[in-house]
Amino acid sequence: MTEIFKFISGAFILLGAFLSLVSAFGIIRLPDVYTRNHAASKTSTLGIMSLLTGTFIFFFVEHGHFNSRILLGIFFIFMTAPVAGHLISRAAYNTDVKLWDQSVEDDLKESRDRVSTPPTKED
Amino acid sequence: MKTNDLILQTVTKVASPVIFLFSIYIFFGGHYSPGGGFVGGLLASGAIVLLLLSYDIKTVANILPIDYKLVVAIGLLIAALTGTGALIFDAPFMTHAYQYFDLPIIGHTSLHTAVLFDLGVYLVVIGVTMTIIQTIGESE
Repeated sequence: MTEIFKFISGAFILLGAFLSLVSAFGIIRLPDVYTRNHAASKTSTLGIMSLLTGTFIFFFVEHGHFNSRILLGIFFIFMTAPVAGHLISRAAYNTDVKLWDQSVEDDLKESRDRVSTPPTKED
Repeated sequence: MKTNDLILQTVTKVASPVIFLFSIYIFFGGHYSPGGGFVGGLLASGAIVLLLLSYDIKTVANILPIDYKLVVAIGLLIAALTGTGALIFDAPFMTHAYQYFDLPIIGHTSLHTAVLFDLGVYLVVIGVTMTIIQTIGESE
C-alpha cells in the first residue's frame, strides 16, 4: 500500500515538474505579453499545485505526518496566482502594450472606448 | 480612466485573514519549529501591506486605527520588562522560566516566558515595518 502511494506521489511530482517546464517553454515561445502571461499563470499554478500534492502525499504516507501547511499552500496558490496573472495582464493593457499583430479580437478595447467617450444624443 | 479593483479586493478579503492566521501560527510555533517573532511580525505586516495595496491608506487607517510608533514602544517595553522580571526572582537579567500547566482545552502545555519576549519582537517588527511603509507611502 505504501509503495503504491509512493508511486502516486512520484507521478504527481513528475506531472508538476513537467507542467512547470511546459510553462517555461510557453513563456519563451509565445509572441506577446498576454499569451505569455496566460502560459505562466495557468500552467505553473497547476504545476505547483500538483508538486505540493505529491509532497503532501509522500510525507503523509512515508512519515505519517499530516502537513496542513502544504494544504494551505495549495489553497493559497490556487487563489492568488490567477489574480496575479489578471493584474499583470490588466496593467499591461492599461499601459497600452500592443497585442500580437495576428490577433483578431479585442473586446476590452470596445468596452473601454464606450466607457471613456460619453454617449451622444443620437444614440 | 476609471479602474475596477473588485477582483483584487475580493481576493484580499479572503487572503489577508489567512496570512494573519499563518503569522500567529508561525509566532506560536517558533519554539519548536522554524519561525518566531520576527517572521511572524513580517507576515502580519505583509497582510496589512496587502490591504494597503488593494484599498487606499485612509480605508486601512479606518479598519486598523493603530499608531504604529506606539506599537514599537509597547513591544520594546514588553521585551525589556520580561528581561527585568528575572531580577525580581533573584536571577540574572534575561533569565527565562518555564512550567508545565494543565490548561482546560489545550491540555498539558509548557508555558515559557520567552514567548512574552517574542511577543515584544513581534510587535516591534510590525511597528517598524508599517511605520516605514506608511511614511514612504504618505510622502508626496
